Amino acid sequence: MAETLIRVEDLAKEYRMGTNVVPALCGVSLKIEAGEFVAVMGPSGSGKSTFMNLLGCLDHPSGGRYWLGGQEVSQLSGDELARVRNSKLGFVFQHFNLLARTSAQDNVALPLLYSGMPPHERKLHAEKRLAQVGLAERMDHHPAQLSGGQQQRVAIARALVNDPQLVLADEPTGALDSHTSVEIMALLQQLNREGITIVLVTHEYDVAHFAGRIITFRDGKVIEDKPNVANDAAAQLK
Amino acid sequence: MNFAATFRIALLALRVNKMRSALTMLGIIIGVAAVIVMIAVGGGAQARVEDQIRSLGSNIIIVLSGSMTSGGARGGSGSQPTIFEEDAYAIGREIDEIQAAAPTLRGNGQVVAGNSNWSTIFYGITPDYLEVREWPVVEGRGFEPAEMSGAGKVVLIGQTVAKNIFGDASPLDQVIRVRKVPLTVVGVLDRKGQSMTGQDQDDLILMPISTARKRVLGAALAKSRSVSSIMVKVRQGADMNDADQRMRELLRQRHRLQPGQDDDFFVRNLSEILQAQEASSKVMTLLLAAVASVSLLVGGIGIMNIMLVSVTERTREIGLRMAVGARSRDILTQFLVEAVTLSLIGGAVGILLGVGGAMLIAELAGWRTELSGSSIILATGFAGAVGIFFGYYPARTASRLLPIEALRYE
Repeated sequence: MAETLIRVEDLAKEYRMGTNVVPALCGVSLKIEAGEFVAVMGPSGSGKSTFMNLLGCLDHPSGGRYWLGGQEVSQLSGDELARVRNSKLGFVFQHFNLLARTSAQDNVALPLLYSGMPPHERKLHAEKRLAQVGLAERMDHHPAQLSGGQQQRVAIARALVNDPQLVLADEPTGALDSHTSVEIMALLQQLNREGITIVLVTHEYDVAHFAGRIITFRDGKVIEDKPNVANDAAAQLK
Repeated sequence: MNFAATFRIALLALRVNKMRSALTMLGIIIGVAAVIVMIAVGGGAQARVEDQIRSLGSNIIIVLSGSMTSGGARGGSGSQPTIFEEDAYAIGREIDEIQAAAPTLRGNGQVVAGNSNWSTIFYGITPDYLEVREWPVVEGRGFEPAEMSGAGKVVLIGQTVAKNIFGDASPLDQVIRVRKVPLTVVGVLDRKGQSMTGQDQDDLILMPISTARKRVLGAALAKSRSVSSIMVKVRQGADMNDADQRMRELLRQRHRLQPGQDDDFFVRNLSEILQAQEASSKVMTLLLAAVASVSLLVGGIGIMNIMLVSVTERTREIGLRMAVGARSRDILTQFLVEAVTLSLIGGAVGILLGVGGAMLIAELAGWRTELSGSSIILATGFAGAVGIFFGYYPARTASRLLPIEALRYE
């Protein structure tokens, strides 16, 4: 099959609360192949968000190892992690996290600013990605002038603009109504079909069902990891 | 990430909060304007003091005859005729720093005109004397060249003498007798007032040096070329001490003095008074600038305050920027550039306001103000430094945020 994109071995994370050490993740090992669409599920406090932060190179693990696209990233410094995030990862957040009073195009181009791309190239890339999520007409709109669904599309375009190896979506439908949620999930599904690897965190079963594989966490451990057989059927219903 | 991009991000962030940026800048604007206005006012005061002192003759050096010792009793300065008219001409001719050197011959005596009389000092002078003392003739005229060379029987009188001899009547063309020599009054000198040592400078009469020597002072001096003193005016901007030094060397050389031999003349000047006055007005300028700098400091604290608020408010933005690849250095630069931009724009507006304010003060209050380029550069530099100094802490706070915590911040 496809090459392995993510490999984690015995990944662990502990938080220190005063004198107490609270384990958030206790030895997770798994692999994700390039091109997969994975949903990470679990109740709050299950460790799924911690796992996502580690996958997203936003946090350092307390133990274990993590290879992203063949590069071991678990030992990298803060600035090196920033570089990995800038070149290999795309993020979609629950609350969109778009810059206010900034045009959709500039929002999408933001990651390219930090990779040192010249301005005209940034504009071109941003235009292309906005067109890909169906917002070619709204290039100059500010977030406040866009609906929730449109804002999340801008955020998705931003996640794609640096041609990432992996897109991490943290509750991408959490702030949207159910109708718009379906649209956004369909968009992610479509992007996955075009070859983009997506890892999605959600606590909603309906949302998780758009993925091809569902990993369930509880108490810092993976308790279930199975292919989502309903996926194809559900997608065809749409 | 290049600097131009960082600068654009900073400008954008400042534009987003126009009102707040303007209010923050206000502190810097007022500070910079205050510094410029205060230094301009202080500089104006200093220049005025300098002008006043100069009119009193601060750039004047007086050369006096040396002393004569007879039988163990030293005669004091001027007791021995050691300096001559030619010395004065040589000084004026050969030393670049010197604008004019005026030989004078001094005497005193009773002035008689009609039935009134007055005891006063007289000086035999050359026209250079009036130039050296910056002393215009307000009524009548000065001496003609023919009167200078031919011991003309003419005299210029000071205001005090005019008043005491002639009262309110015009003294022009009247004849006065000085030590029984009849001289015609050709002009009246401008009022000079008291000297710094309290003497009435207007109580004197002036006559050509040849007249004083040949007609008034009498036989003892008639053949000699010696003078009582030489009054020397140093060119504006020239160094007093250099002029003093070169003049001493020239006189020693002319008088054929060997190394190790004492000077046979005395040199006096008023530069110490000028220095003391200048020092005191400089202290005042410094004091004014220091007071104004306090407002600049307060403006800087305002910037720090707003930047800290801004960092807190934009925590999620910082988290997002970090998530998409900003290194902590990028965040530090962004916020630092914002703070410095704030303070520099404030500084620029402050300069305009300060220059305008200084001009307005000169116009309305009639104070003399002196805008100096260095004070503008200083104020700009200070504003920039304030921006960096007070912007650094908030910027560092921003750059040290952890991406996951910043993203989660509500």
